[in-house]
Amino acid sequence: MKVEDFDMFCTLLRQRSGLVLTSDKAYLLESRLMPVSRKWNLKGLEELAAAVRSKRDEAMLRDITEAMTTNESSFYRDQKPFDQFKAVVLPMLLANRQAKKTIRIWSAACSSGQEAYSLAMLLNEEGAKLAGWKIEIIGTDLSGEMVAKARAGLYTQFEVQRGLPITLLVKYFKQTGDKWQISDEIRNKVQYREYNLLGDLSPLGQFDVVFCRNVLIYFDQPTKGKVLEAIAKQMPADGVLYLGGAETVLGITEKFKPMDGQRGLYTLSAPVSR
Amino acid sequence: MKSCLVVDDSRVVRKVARKILEELGFNCSEAEDGKQAMDHCAKAMPEAILLDWNMPVMTGIEFLRRLRKMTGGQAPKVVFCTTENDLAHIQEALSAGANEYIMKPFDSDIIQTKFQQVGLL
Repeated sequence: MKVEDFDMFCTLLRQRSGLVLTSDKAYLLESRLMPVSRKWNLKGLEELAAAVRSKRDEAMLRDITEAMTTNESSFYRDQKPFDQFKAVVLPMLLANRQAKKTIRIWSAACSSGQEAYSLAMLLNEEGAKLAGWKIEIIGTDLSGEMVAKARAGLYTQFEVQRGLPITLLVKYFKQTGDKWQISDEIRNKVQYREYNLLGDLSPLGQFDVVFCRNVLIYFDQPTKGKVLEAIAKQMPADGVLYLGGAETVLGITEKFKPMDGQRGLYTLSAPVSR
Repeated sequence: MKSCLVVDDSRVVRKVARKILEELGFNCSEAEDGKQAMDHCAKAMPEAILLDWNMPVMTGIEFLRRLRKMTGGQAPKVVFCTTENDLAHIQEALSAGANEYIMKPFDSDIIQTKFQQVGLL
């Protein structure tokens, strides 16, 4: 691939998704963008790059961004964050929100929806404790394709075996052909929306808990800071932020601080000025 | 080191599963059918059993029902690992006392998370 083409794709991806590609990732760009160039009846990446430069067709730019953003997800990914949710975060919110009886949870960059559905199943298992409470779970992703997949709640045999206990599969899924579909009961508990984390987050409203795991790793430092600060503005003083195991707020923003004894969980450092 | 009995009539599957389980720190033994597995359990009860369904001599489900009636047979965590991938089979396995269920094909990730879920890792 020509250097100027690689640079052009990098700039495009960085602007649209915040994704940072280093030059050693040229192979990734080639393997993921070849299907896009085929879809647009172009011969290879050189023609694709030329088409981007001459037309800047919105649908094409979208295809490119979606092809490059990773979509790895599994039910109850890493397990521990969900144990912490049940043992620490949920009891705290149930105590603090006694008057309002409302909790809003955001799965940011939700991919194909497993994280949001894992939470919905977890909350359903809590049952009686939550009677009379209104709990909203919102999943957002940059990719329209992923949001559509999340909404459908249809997963392959491989996907339902990654992290999902068999008892929950039996309880909450039905088999349709060679796939498994999550029940309407759980599906109706989650709303999915196409949304770019780099955009204005205020229309999404306030969230008591934000799951933003393994998302920041794809951004450069200034973008990480910008996203975290925007998320902070959408959270109440006692809100909880989840980051991935390899992520931190240290050296990126002072808006959040690690929660004592709870790895991967962060709270606001001080009341946020709005 | 925890012990795991791998029960499958396919030598290839036993070999693949054994390699994955050994990497996870299990001490593995093998059985080719339910009958051999019964004999093994009567001598030394393992902590974990990875169990195929369709096997000659004695099937996995028959073995599991007998195992759960044996002295000490409640203790092992039993994870089915089979090509039977419909809800009816899964429910039958669970009511016979299976702790988890893997639908073939499997990989090391799936074995690892399933073994974690039943508290073996």
